[in-house]
Amino acid sequence: MSKVLLQIDGKDVEASEGMTILEAARSAGISIPTLCHHDKLEPFGGCRLCIVEVEIRGWTKRVVSCVYTVEENLVVRTRSEKIDKLRKMILELLLAHAPDSPELQNLAREYGADRDRFEKHASFCIHCGLCVRYCAEVKKKDAVGFVDRGVRKEISFIPEIAAKECWDCKECFPLCPTEALQAAYVLTKSLVSFPPSPEPAAEK
Amino acid sequence: MPRIGSPADLEKFRKDLLSKREPDKPCITLCSGSACHATGSRKVAARIEEEINKQGLQDKVDIRKTGCHGFCERGPIIVIHPEKIAYFQIAPEDVPEIVSETIVQKKVIERLLYTDPDTNKKIIHESDIPFYKHQERLVFGFNGSIDPKSIDDYLAIGGYSALAKALSGMSPEQVLEEVKKSNLRGRGGGGFPAGRKWEGSRDAPDEIKYVIVNADEGDPGAYMDRSLLEGNPHSILEGLTIGAYAIGSHEGYIYVRQEYPLAVENIILAIKMAEEYGFLGKNILGSGFDFTVKVHRGAGAFVCGESTALMTALEGRVGEPRPKYIRSNIKGLWGRPSVLNNVETWANVPLIVNRGADWFTQYGTEGSKGTKIFSLVGKITNTGLVEVPMGMSLKDIIYKIGGGIPGGKRFKAVQTGGPSGGCIPDELLDLEVGFDELTKAGSMMGSGGMIVMDEDTCMVDVARYFIDFLTDESCGKCVPCREGLGQMLTILTNITAGKGKEGDIELLEELAEVAKEASLCALGTSAPNPFLSTVRYFRQEYEAHIREKKCPALSCKELISYYIDPNKCQACMICKRKCPVDAVDGAKKTIHLIEQEKCTKCGTCFEVCPSKFGAVKKISGEPVPSPIPEEERIITRKSKAK
Repeated sequence: MSKVLLQIDGKDVEASEGMTILEAARSAGISIPTLCHHDKLEPFGGCRLCIVEVEIRGWTKRVVSCVYTVEENLVVRTRSEKIDKLRKMILELLLAHAPDSPELQNLAREYGADRDRFEKHASFCIHCGLCVRYCAEVKKKDAVGFVDRGVRKEISFIPEIAAKECWDCKECFPLCPTEALQAAYVLTKSLVSFPPSPEPAAEK
Repeated sequence: MPRIGSPADLEKFRKDLLSKREPDKPCITLCSGSACHATGSRKVAARIEEEINKQGLQDKVDIRKTGCHGFCERGPIIVIHPEKIAYFQIAPEDVPEIVSETIVQKKVIERLLYTDPDTNKKIIHESDIPFYKHQERLVFGFNGSIDPKSIDDYLAIGGYSALAKALSGMSPEQVLEEVKKSNLRGRGGGGFPAGRKWEGSRDAPDEIKYVIVNADEGDPGAYMDRSLLEGNPHSILEGLTIGAYAIGSHEGYIYVRQEYPLAVENIILAIKMAEEYGFLGKNILGSGFDFTVKVHRGAGAFVCGESTALMTALEGRVGEPRPKYIRSNIKGLWGRPSVLNNVETWANVPLIVNRGADWFTQYGTEGSKGTKIFSLVGKITNTGLVEVPMGMSLKDIIYKIGGGIPGGKRFKAVQTGGPSGGCIPDELLDLEVGFDELTKAGSMMGSGGMIVMDEDTCMVDVARYFIDFLTDESCGKCVPCREGLGQMLTILTNITAGKGKEGDIELLEELAEVAKEASLCALGTSAPNPFLSTVRYFRQEYEAHIREKKCPALSCKELISYYIDPNKCQACMICKRKCPVDAVDGAKKTIHLIEQEKCTKCGTCFEVCPSKFGAVKKISGEPVPSPIPEEERIITRKSKAK
């Protein structure tokens, strides 16, 4: 595969064609924060935390580095006043869900994010989709998925599959950047109602 | 019907078709678009057929159920040919008279004609009515003269001649050049030059390429694509086929909303007819070019109008956008080069091929060529679909065509571009419509929604409404849109409910910036527009809500109170009787007053108080005056006092 030369934070970086900026940066020891990225999974581009500034042919634009592929002579800046401001707000929005997540707290310190800027939501889930995508792409089980959309979107285990597959796996739990408890809770909730009681009247 | 095998056969077929048609034979055309369906055109159609049979005129009169004529405010619409007499707001009861008077005796029925509100004169022909007179109906105009279910009708007006011209006389490169030269820009929202999009796909090395019609029109109040698909489906098919030829695609998709049943029905029928006639399928018109089209019905997600989400949905997955640093025309549907254009864009293509780019570019402005169909709705006298040359001023569209604001109210703003467009205020009404002009004003062309607002509209509430819509329609994949819009909605809702606080505007601005800069797709990046444009032009309204707890438009329920002016109340009991919650205290000869703690602010008392009294007042940002002493509430009539 042919080599691509680019510059990240003033450092010359040699990358392979087809690599994303994130991969190129990490290979050169430059860190870019991510929440929804996982080496084994297809790029998702959901958390937007890995947003960086690129300069190409005199144009500056902001792109998410987990998706944008490297180009010859690309100039990348992983930090700038603007980038930091965007990351700070993204973190503040997510801290409204998971204020106690150590991962978020570390990032919040780095970017000066206020964990209490927004009113708290009743869900720890930050919709990074790691559990959902890991189950689909790596385990190929689709035991957990997203339901609904937008602000009502939540993860949900499919009881029929989960009852069979999840007991011995639970590999998605440690992937959760907020609280593995969230996945555990949703899984448990889906399993208590499965299999459905043969005599629903008995519950009364 | 045998397949038409060559352009010569097509012309011969057309000639035969026209020779069999009698241009002088009376023909009743009836608008049967969705809007007229809603106002009862089906019943009118049934009555026309019944009446024609009753009067034994089956052989003497043709009936044609056409697509939308555009003047939806006045539907159902009938036009009687060959005289082109236009009747509006037809009820089934009018039909016997129309048949016996106008069809049989050739007499015009005055009361069914359009009355010019300025001159009070009756107008016979559609083309003389101000609503139509100032339009340039290049794309939309055929709707009124063809039955969308009849391919012969489309052929009679010259249909598929552009396809024949392209396939027989032009190379794909020549077609592409013509479209590039026309500078046709995408009518769906982005305004990206169609020719450049096509060229990218054409030059992409992949053998398999796709062309797609985006008919997932989802903007509230917008229905131009719907009306085109319902009223002239073949024009879209013809444009799509020409585009496929130009880029070298053999497979096309029409992504249409399931909520548009008539459009789905008509486009499916049109595809079937075009296949039978040989305008689709193998070896089209003997050219050796093959092309097939499939219809995909969308399941009701606004975000699927976004190109990458639409393609993801077409692939059978959840309709969520994907990052498009590599454009869809290079890597789109199933990873193949895919040209996606909106309904109206495709419908422009046959015109450009037939009449040439030079003809097309004589319409419009430097940056925006041709015409644009707008859906003119809201507080406007003439609601409907209007097609105007790019560059017409907003003022002309709203006043000359739209007939201005009803009820003597003052114009306040026009919202263009759909939910993620922006509001343009009074002082910018001379703005010429065009892609770049509208963007510069903080709004956008979008797909052509145009919602007119009068002085009673609260701009903060407008922003809240559209952000609410977009929050609901956000797919939820990326943080700035899902979480950011949600927070914006909370803050806007608080402001309209009187719970706004200092710093809210600044926080909204910050959230807007993040959504604009960091969202994954165009839904998120454009979603803050309703807020940004209203805060740009109407910041004082935001401040009034936050600081004075006052809604200047007297619209936000939580910030207004109703009260009865004791000096004006005549104790007529009307408001007392109509109040649904019994909040009006009073009796005959006892001045009424509203018990504020009971009042639900429904506004009934305000509406029913006779205008000659005008005693019920709506106030905001000020305390309700204390009730007058009980003894002063007794009215002693002057006449009786004597």
